[in-house]
Amino acid sequence: MNIVVLVKQVPDTWSERKLRAEDSTLDRDAADAVINELDDYAIEEGLRLQEALGGEVTIVSMGPDKAADAIRKALSMGADKAVHVSDDALRGSDGLVTSAVLAKVLERTAFDVVILGSESTDARMGTLAAMLSERLGVPQMSFASKVETDGSKISIHRQADYGYDTVEATLPAVVSVVEKINEPRYPSFKGIMAAKKKPVEKLTLADLGIDPGEAGLGASATEVVSFANRPPRAAGTIVTDEGDGGAKAAEYLASRKFI
Amino acid sequence: MAEILVLAEHDGQTVKKVTTELLTLARAHGEPSVVWTGEGAEAARARLAEFGAAKVYVADSADYEDFVVAPKAELLAHLIAEKSPAAVLLAATSEGREVAGRLAVKTGSGVLTDVTGVGDGLTGEQSIFGGAITVQSRVRTGTPVIAVRPNAVTPEAASGAAEIEPVSFTVTDDAKTARVTGKVVAERGERPELTEASIVVSGGRGLGSGEHFSLIEQLADSLGAAVGASRAATDAGWYPHQFQVGQTGKTVSPQLYMAIGISGAIQHRAGMQTSKTIMVVNKDPEAPIFELADFGVVGDLFKVVPQLVEEIAKRSEA
Repeated sequence: MNIVVLVKQVPDTWSERKLRAEDSTLDRDAADAVINELDDYAIEEGLRLQEALGGEVTIVSMGPDKAADAIRKALSMGADKAVHVSDDALRGSDGLVTSAVLAKVLERTAFDVVILGSESTDARMGTLAAMLSERLGVPQMSFASKVETDGSKISIHRQADYGYDTVEATLPAVVSVVEKINEPRYPSFKGIMAAKKKPVEKLTLADLGIDPGEAGLGASATEVVSFANRPPRAAGTIVTDEGDGGAKAAEYLASRKFI
Repeated sequence: MAEILVLAEHDGQTVKKVTTELLTLARAHGEPSVVWTGEGAEAARARLAEFGAAKVYVADSADYEDFVVAPKAELLAHLIAEKSPAAVLLAATSEGREVAGRLAVKTGSGVLTDVTGVGDGLTGEQSIFGGAITVQSRVRTGTPVIAVRPNAVTPEAASGAAEIEPVSFTVTDDAKTARVTGKVVAERGERPELTEASIVVSGGRGLGSGEHFSLIEQLADSLGAAVGASRAATDAGWYPHQFQVGQTGKTVSPQLYMAIGISGAIQHRAGMQTSKTIMVVNKDPEAPIFELADFGVVGDLFKVVPQLVEEIAKRSEA
């Protein structure tokens, strides 16, 4: 099976995340950079499919040079090789551009399944799987909390507010995963060492035949008009329980007409 | 007047609350036309009229339920081409965002997701990075596709004609590649759905076990609230994943959010920080969640919560 896993490097949620004043783009240098949390689950699922059905796991990532760290981490979990799309002209790209670039990469890579996290922690749009499915013309198997495939048919549990739907399709397909799907493995020391030697193909927009004018902030279909640090919430009332904490809480709820 | 398409969220029988929120928003920017997929439009008419729908485009086909997302995107793209609306509003549910994404690609339009309000010039307000930054964004290419966070807008009634107009549109085979073969509904009983509820009571690590979540359920039921859980609680298997509030779970924006035994790590805050009122119970006075609290009790939740439940019961009998 040709398994492709998409990976994104994002600013660490636990760091202070900022937008650049000049152009409102995400300041990717301001915070520590980590692999997107849900991508670990996507990589794990790719590795499990490989263990069950054989084949190769290829990591694909679009990001600045330092995204190489996230790619190495994915390789150290056990993926075989990677493709890293990196180009200054891509800075500030929106979802439409990102999906168009990744679709181009996927079109030149034979794949049976593309697996990605359902959402990134920085942009949090949750739309990439749907956009890729639309661009590639393959089934959208998103929000998967369980995946089963025999190499030609695929079925998932698609997580929903009420529980889940069972969804079926034939491969090739795009699959996005939610946290519930598995427990990602930790890279072993051996895996970390081996990752250093695994091939990473670096591509620029020119390699993909994409005009720089169609990428980056200038090509974005949306724009930030303004942004501001959220004013801190007015300090609330904090009481210490002295045997009456529950009663005081009830008083507060009553004063706010919740009860 | 500019037409604004509103994709209705419904279950075939009931119009979901978020649809009334979208109608309220749409009315501020044009004339709302609801897009209703599948059955139930006639029965829903009155409710849609109550919130100002001028028209209801009905596409009554099982395809919209039987296949994942793509048919709805196709239908909306068709309506954009036919009606040239000023914008399309959808609910920022998992599915709604995906419909928005596909629609954006189909029509070459910009998409804004998870907006908490829409202002002049169809500028969308978004709260990002766990609430640290508020952003005003707009679409500058194509027909703005805007997905709105449920529960962020207060619905206001205003009467509309809600004139039903059947849409003759056939979903293409291209949109029918991911087939829904079944639906498994998890036990939720009578409690409201997490992203719709006006009150959410969430439990975290402080509860110590899955059994103790019955305390959260008790408090929730005394308030007619939905139950939520922190990542720590769902990871530990104390409560099912679909109730997780936070960065990798649900984002909620209720009138009242009660965080019980939750420390308030930023990944949790990312899921609830636009809640209107936040109440906290935690034995650790240094817990970051207190920074968000409008009212907080530093104390043992196993003492405070039962007392609170008792007080609520007393007041409802009074």
